[in-house]
Amino acid sequence: MFRRLITSREALLLAAITLLLGLISLRFPSFVAPANLASVFNDTSPLILLAIGQMIVILTKCIDLSVAANLALTGMVVAMINVAFPNLPIAFILVIAVMLGTLMGMVNGLLVWKLDIPPIVVTLGTMTIFRGIIFLISDGKWVNSHEMSPAFKAFPRAALLGLPVLSWIAIFAVLVFTVVMTRTTFGRAAYAAGGNSHAATYAGINVGRTQFYAFTLSGALAGLTGYLWVSRYAVAYVDIAGGFELDVVAACVIGGVAITGGIGTVGGALLGALFLGVIKNALPVVNISPFWQLAISGAAIIIAVTLNARANRRKGRIILKSAEQAA
Amino acid sequence: MIRFKTLKLAAGLLLASGLFANTAFAQDNMRIALVVKALGIGFFEAAAKGAEEAAGELGNVEIIYTGPTDTTAEGQIEVINSLIAQNVDAIAISANDPDALVPALKKAMQRGITVISWDSGVAEEGRQMHLNPSSNSLIGNMIIKLAADHLPDGGQVALLSATATATNQNIWIEEMNKVMGDYPGIEVVATVYGDDLADKSYREAQGLMQSHPDLDAIIAPTSVGIVAAAQAVDDAGKSGEINVTGLGLPSEMAGAIESGASKSFAIWNPIDLGYSATMIAHALASGDAKAEAGSEIPMGRMGSVTLDDTTSGAMADPFVYDSSNIDEFKTIF
Repeated sequence: MFRRLITSREALLLAAITLLLGLISLRFPSFVAPANLASVFNDTSPLILLAIGQMIVILTKCIDLSVAANLALTGMVVAMINVAFPNLPIAFILVIAVMLGTLMGMVNGLLVWKLDIPPIVVTLGTMTIFRGIIFLISDGKWVNSHEMSPAFKAFPRAALLGLPVLSWIAIFAVLVFTVVMTRTTFGRAAYAAGGNSHAATYAGINVGRTQFYAFTLSGALAGLTGYLWVSRYAVAYVDIAGGFELDVVAACVIGGVAITGGIGTVGGALLGALFLGVIKNALPVVNISPFWQLAISGAAIIIAVTLNARANRRKGRIILKSAEQAA
Repeated sequence: MIRFKTLKLAAGLLLASGLFANTAFAQDNMRIALVVKALGIGFFEAAAKGAEEAAGELGNVEIIYTGPTDTTAEGQIEVINSLIAQNVDAIAISANDPDALVPALKKAMQRGITVISWDSGVAEEGRQMHLNPSSNSLIGNMIIKLAADHLPDGGQVALLSATATATNQNIWIEEMNKVMGDYPGIEVVATVYGDDLADKSYREAQGLMQSHPDLDAIIAPTSVGIVAAAQAVDDAGKSGEINVTGLGLPSEMAGAIESGASKSFAIWNPIDLGYSATMIAHALASGDAKAEAGSEIPMGRMGSVTLDDTTSGAMADPFVYDSSNIDEFKTIF
């Protein structure tokens, strides 16, 4: 039991993050101060939220490349709503953001489920469509911080028990989705659908519908993050979070989510996101040439994935233990 | 039949008299067309305001403010052709494409119309001169001046650029380094790159504040970077302590000026640009000045512009925006 715990992917990743923090603190000691670690966590919160959604989608053997575009479109819409109706309560904005994100996730899900189009093609298409819609509704213009209401900008920054609301939302999502993935029918169906879709079908699981739900959840989380992102950086324009979908997929892959489906945990996605978050936040302060920064980020991803793949390699599966002993 | 003939004659006469009236009108009034990338853009509406101001000063000048409804070269070619047909005296254009407009503008010049480009240029053979809003050296000097003006006793400044390979940013930073000697006590402690992404720029600004606790100013010569850095400084509760400055748009920076994260920033003033373009077009069309390399063309209250080997010139220093004028300009562009 203990042996399984310390050789688990999550434990290895946690060790890697600790080692990384140790290395950074050699060059820049105040990076590991609790206040700074909290700020790194806060900065990584949007990535954590998206990585959880992405993990569920990848579990079902799909991929959602439209998350960043979904985030940007939702962010633009809620920002424009805020400009038009500055007195609208934030609770209402949150509901709109989640609903809009859900709707976009459902579009992805329906296309994958009902039309049986490969997920990478569907979400590559919707990614471009969502960005295009932002351009259409905004006319390519920015929504700027002085146009947003103070309440709109204050929500993710508001401190609760020493941490900003943004961080709490990420923590809450991690807890909720850990329960969903390990203790509900949907959660187990997602593992089954991605692990072996034929077996899942024989077991009475509707694989297509499970994938649809996975995309819907991913969309909902992207929508929520859309509001948080726009509010945090106090600006909305066409290109926000451009290319962020790749960070999200990278976080999942680092976190040990198998791109072939069926394997992965919420904790893994969390740690994968934190690993990337620590690198992203550390690179500016350790004073490394920007040309090296990209190479280092990329190398870190490949090393992490290689370690994961090696740790995951099984020496063949024993299906009949008694037969082997008899032999 | 006869009645029809008289009708035709009358129509012909009417048309002729109309033409005569037009010619007479043109002789009285110099007509300068200000052609913009597209109508309905705040920046160009402001430039038109400047052009009207110049027309008022010059007297007997009529401004035709026109442009396509969307930012296409084809739309501008149509507009140019109709201006040629109207036989205007001068065309001052901010081009949607440097090369596509050349044939149409050449035709205009053959008909004796003065053609200049401003803001966004046309290839050399398609215009008599080009007016840049500013020059690389003026911008390089301005960005460090903006920071230094608020640091009389010197201090530490850091640069937040776009990408490490962005040509314009690098040229401005290079030009800035050339004039660092004029600002004793100002020390550039770091140059970081936000890749023109809001989140990366924000993190880089946070990193700067951490690794340089005594930082006094962040200079961001990029519109995404300056906004993100101002937000990061404000979130860190260091508004007023660290001054975020550089190049940005008034509409995007209004919040940062309000919060105090930025004391001032700079960008070209579209009103001055429209004003200067009109002044130059008038001087060239009336024969008061010639568009040749090295010649100096007067621009009214904006001084004068000296043309270089490519017959282009720089109008002025970037215009500084601060709390005193931000409200006026934030609705313009």
